[in-house]
Amino acid sequence: MKSTMSLVKPAMRGLLAKRLRFHLPIAFGLALVAAVAFKFTVTEPRKQAYADFYKHYDSMKEFSAMREAGVFESVRPTGK
Amino acid sequence: MMLATRVFRLVGNRTLSTSICLRGGHGVAKVEDYTLPAYFDRRESPLPDIKFVQQLSPEQKSLKEKEKGSWAALSKEEKIALYRISFKESFAEMDKGTGEWKSVVAGIFFFIGFTGLVVLWQRKYVYGDVPHTFDAEYKQKEVQRMLDMRINPVEGFSAKWDYENNAWKK
Repeated sequence: MKSTMSLVKPAMRGLLAKRLRFHLPIAFGLALVAAVAFKFTVTEPRKQAYADFYKHYDSMKEFSAMREAGVFESVRPTGK
Repeated sequence: MMLATRVFRLVGNRTLSTSICLRGGHGVAKVEDYTLPAYFDRRESPLPDIKFVQQLSPEQKSLKEKEKGSWAALSKEEKIALYRISFKESFAEMDKGTGEWKSVVAGIFFFIGFTGLVVLWQRKYVYGDVPHTFDAEYKQKEVQRMLDMRINPVEGFSAKWDYENNAWKK
């Protein structure tokens, strides 16, 4: 069944190196993309949210509101 | 059984008479089927130890005789018949999927469903009442207290509450 032309010898060595040459750059690229995507979808908005919250944060006002609601044990609401 | 008689013939009649008969006919152990080479279709060992068909019919015997001549004289059907004598399934046939996965998936769904029924029965007949902390009024007071304490005011729970209008933010 074999024709007069012989088959080409298959690659016997360097198979892992060849695979790594192809896949490692892709792996590093995807990891980098994942990190960058996380930074700009999660950490940056979170930092901004905290910055916005504390830009006009009046801690004394919040404390008084919490005190009146009665959640503290060290200070009771001003009425009592 | 046929192979066992062939073994006796190979041993030779003289040795047969001296070895077995002298020992009272219990010399050679009976050859069990499972100890003999077996036929199996497997991709990783393509040439099994024995041919598939051991007892040849008369047509198959004459075909085997014809095989000893020139193979160009064999027709296509005869070649396929010779193949089927030596092998049970072709590679395509042995590699074919069985469709067993459908039964497996069906069984999985069935038993998940059955488990659901068991869980429902348990919920009704085995478990007692949930604690009083799950009552609606209690939960309401819980939420109010969480808002009073400003739980997660930046991105989480209290961040979604509008303290000016005493309502959830739209």
